[in-house]
Amino acid sequence: MGWILVTSATVILFLQNYPLYIRSVPTENELKFHYMVHTSLDVVDEKISAMGKALVDQRELYLGLLYPTEDYKVYGYVTNSKVKFVMVVDSSNTALRDNEIRSMFRKLHNSYTDVMCNPFYNPGDRIQSRAFDGMVTSMMIQVC
Amino acid sequence: MEGLTLSDAEQKYYSDLFSYCDSESTKKVAAHGRVLELFRAAQLPNDVVHQIMELCGATRLGYFGRSQFYIALKLVAVAQSGFPLRVESINTVKDLPLPRFVASKNEQESRHAASYSSDSENQGSYSGVIPPPPGRGQVKKGSTSHDTGQPRTSADQQEPVSPVVSPQQSPPTSPHTWRKHSRHPSGGNSERPLAGPGPFWSPFGEAQSGSSAGDAVWSGHSPPPPQENWVSFADTPPTSTLLTMHPASVQDQTTVRTVASATTANEIRRQSSSYDDPWKITDEQRQYYVNQFKTIQPDLNGFIPGSAAKEFFTKSKLPILELSHIWELSDFDKDGALTLDEFCAAFHLVVARKNGYDLPEKLPESLMPKLIDLEDSADVGDQPGEVGYSGSPAEAPPSKSPSMPSLNQTWPELNQSSEQWETFSERSSSSQTLTQFDSNIAPADPDTAIVHPVPIRMTPSKIHMQEMELKRTGSDHTNPTSPLLVKTADLSEENKINSSVKFASGNTVDGYSSSDSFTSDPEQIGNNVARQRSHSGMSPDNTAPPPPPPRPQPSHSRSSSLDMNRTFSVTTGQQQAGVVAQPPAVPPRPQPSQAAGPVVHRPVDADGLITHTSTSPQQIPEQPNFADFSQFEVFAASNVNEEQDDEAEKHPEVLPVEKASDPASSLRVAKTDSKIEEKTAASAPANVSKGTTPLAPPPKPVRRRLKSEDELRPEVDEHTQKTGVLAAVLASQPSIPRSVGKDKKAIQASIRRNKETNTVLARLNSELQQQLKDVLEERISLEVQLEQLRPFSHL
Repeated sequence: MGWILVTSATVILFLQNYPLYIRSVPTENELKFHYMVHTSLDVVDEKISAMGKALVDQRELYLGLLYPTEDYKVYGYVTNSKVKFVMVVDSSNTALRDNEIRSMFRKLHNSYTDVMCNPFYNPGDRIQSRAFDGMVTSMMIQVC
Repeated sequence: MEGLTLSDAEQKYYSDLFSYCDSESTKKVAAHGRVLELFRAAQLPNDVVHQIMELCGATRLGYFGRSQFYIALKLVAVAQSGFPLRVESINTVKDLPLPRFVASKNEQESRHAASYSSDSENQGSYSGVIPPPPGRGQVKKGSTSHDTGQPRTSADQQEPVSPVVSPQQSPPTSPHTWRKHSRHPSGGNSERPLAGPGPFWSPFGEAQSGSSAGDAVWSGHSPPPPQENWVSFADTPPTSTLLTMHPASVQDQTTVRTVASATTANEIRRQSSSYDDPWKITDEQRQYYVNQFKTIQPDLNGFIPGSAAKEFFTKSKLPILELSHIWELSDFDKDGALTLDEFCAAFHLVVARKNGYDLPEKLPESLMPKLIDLEDSADVGDQPGEVGYSGSPAEAPPSKSPSMPSLNQTWPELNQSSEQWETFSERSSSSQTLTQFDSNIAPADPDTAIVHPVPIRMTPSKIHMQEMELKRTGSDHTNPTSPLLVKTADLSEENKINSSVKFASGNTVDGYSSSDSFTSDPEQIGNNVARQRSHSGMSPDNTAPPPPPPRPQPSHSRSSSLDMNRTFSVTTGQQQAGVVAQPPAVPPRPQPSQAAGPVVHRPVDADGLITHTSTSPQQIPEQPNFADFSQFEVFAASNVNEEQDDEAEKHPEVLPVEKASDPASSLRVAKTDSKIEEKTAASAPANVSKGTTPLAPPPKPVRRRLKSEDELRPEVDEHTQKTGVLAAVLASQPSIPRSVGKDKKAIQASIRRNKETNTVLARLNSELQQQLKDVLEERISLEVQLEQLRPFSHL
């Protein structure tokens, strides 16, 4: 269950609660973002367990706002294979609506799927796909 | 120095060369050393070289500054193009090809060049020729060891400079760029596991052998003047080249040979080939790839699963990360499997990578599956299997300029390829196709939609009515019985929903035919229908001319008006028409409204009654409020009478019928408009006086009745008796405007309902007002009395 963290800068993709992919736009405070994401993993787990078995629905993949912190909002998304995507967005970035977050997660999911399709990629490895990077970069540029 | 204008390509090229020559990064190049080599590689006579140097001012300065260097290069190009060397020619000569530094005067030179080109700068040379699949690793060694005397140092120095002129064309700038780029990542020459490229270059190898410093060179370099090698690769020699490549040890030796042959081939190719982008796959390469593909997957139209591909490409000893990237690039449709085209692209990229080319960020156009053209490729000897992997001599993309044409190489398996290509396309589009297909499925059946009962109640009835209408139209209106019968049958057959439709039709038809019968037995009908009728009549809508239920179909002679209101409004006398016109088309609307209408209006005119009845019957289909049969009967009777132009008589008849029917109608309408029933009942009398109702389509009630009867029948057996009457009425009734769309009917029905409701409420209001007046009067009288008494009281 990877998770991916995106903040108005950070994107972290985690698998089994260890990160598969981390990306932050503002490179400072990265540790802070990492911390936030780690704490949010608990929230994600909570939501997953609460959902029960019927996890297949796309809607359920999107967990929505996990919890708002002082300055940031954390959004979660989980795939069917328990890969978690966590996105931390700056609260000042109020322009982001739920739909946009959803679409971003969808894109992330699609890109992640493409990465997985690569036979050279071993699940559990850090994601080093350039295409994935490119996608995340473009997404973050869009956000920030 | 004159100003020097350089094109972008030139700029890049020159800067690369300069960087190459500027080994010390001092921004100036010594006149000796690499520059010299470079110039020598330009294959210009020495005196020309000297001239150039003079012109560019290096002699004065003693070294080549960047500008001088550029000018020198430009002059080299000029010289190579055959223009006289003049300072002016620097800028005057347009479209000057990039200076070519090919050492291909002879093998030695070529080797040199190769070595040079092996350096990152070597873009040009590779136009499209990919160094024979370097025996991975091995080749490298081969090349390394294969120093056939090439001055290694020179090789090193030359790296950039001698972009082996692509034999075929002017050194493509892209390769130059590419090379440069590749240089970067290479960082240290030895960084890359250039093993691959090694062999790759090996052909050149020889030339580069030394260069092997090669490996280092390799790493950084874009395929060294592999062109020759490649070329040779393309030609028969390549085969040998390839062979050489693979076995490391062998390569060395073979490399030399290969180079020799390559040179030849190169030249040949140079003459023959066209510009290509570095990523183009030559025929030979393609053939090679195909063969490799076959080893994994015999079916050329099939896929290579990811795992098999992984194994295969892992043999290339490229780092997993790069392989992963290559996969990303080449798996065009992201399906985890490689088609032939994808496989060739991947192979090509691997070869390029092994030869030192950097992987592109995006799949070059020439490698895109759809671009791969299956042309007959010169059937280069199949490469030995070993070559297969070791050195996909994918043409190191010397120049990135994607040129699709390059892929258009004759392909012996043109057909096959085309199939594959098509397959690919199919595959690639399959998902889309599927998607489209799926999406198509959904909307698929608009007709079914039609079929399925639109929620509107009227719909089915409408349909039915329409059907009936059609039938009726088919049949003679004058002969309502037949259609009527049919309708009746239909009516009976259909369930409520349909029955309503039938009713409508039946009403219309029956209305006419049964009118007679009705007259005869209005009462009977009235009993049953009366309640309903009354009810329907009571429906508040009575006031409003029961909105003509679905307009009777025009076909119906009588119901031509199709709009009860219209019909009625026309004249009472036209009740017939109205009747005909309206069997309130399958009263989508609660018949009560209609029934009420007619009932209300009955007093006013028979039409109203008729309307009422008709509406009620019509409503019946809609709702369980079957129009009062009684109403219907009355109506029918009245209709009949009307037909006979005897409305007046009908009125009284209708009235009683109405009343009788009221309860019936109430029954019917109870379901929906119990309230209305009451009101209608109450209002009936009131309305009678008021007679506001215009000739609400008299036929309506009839029709409705018919319809409702039909509906009732299935639902209420009590009306069976009226069936006949109704049938008759229906028959006589104007054909229900089945033709009207369901929606229309629904809307009309709802409109009617609303109108009915309005009428009822209006009636109620008026009554209350009346009561209020009365009460006020009483009050006044009492007050007067009081006044009168008061004085007494005072007294």
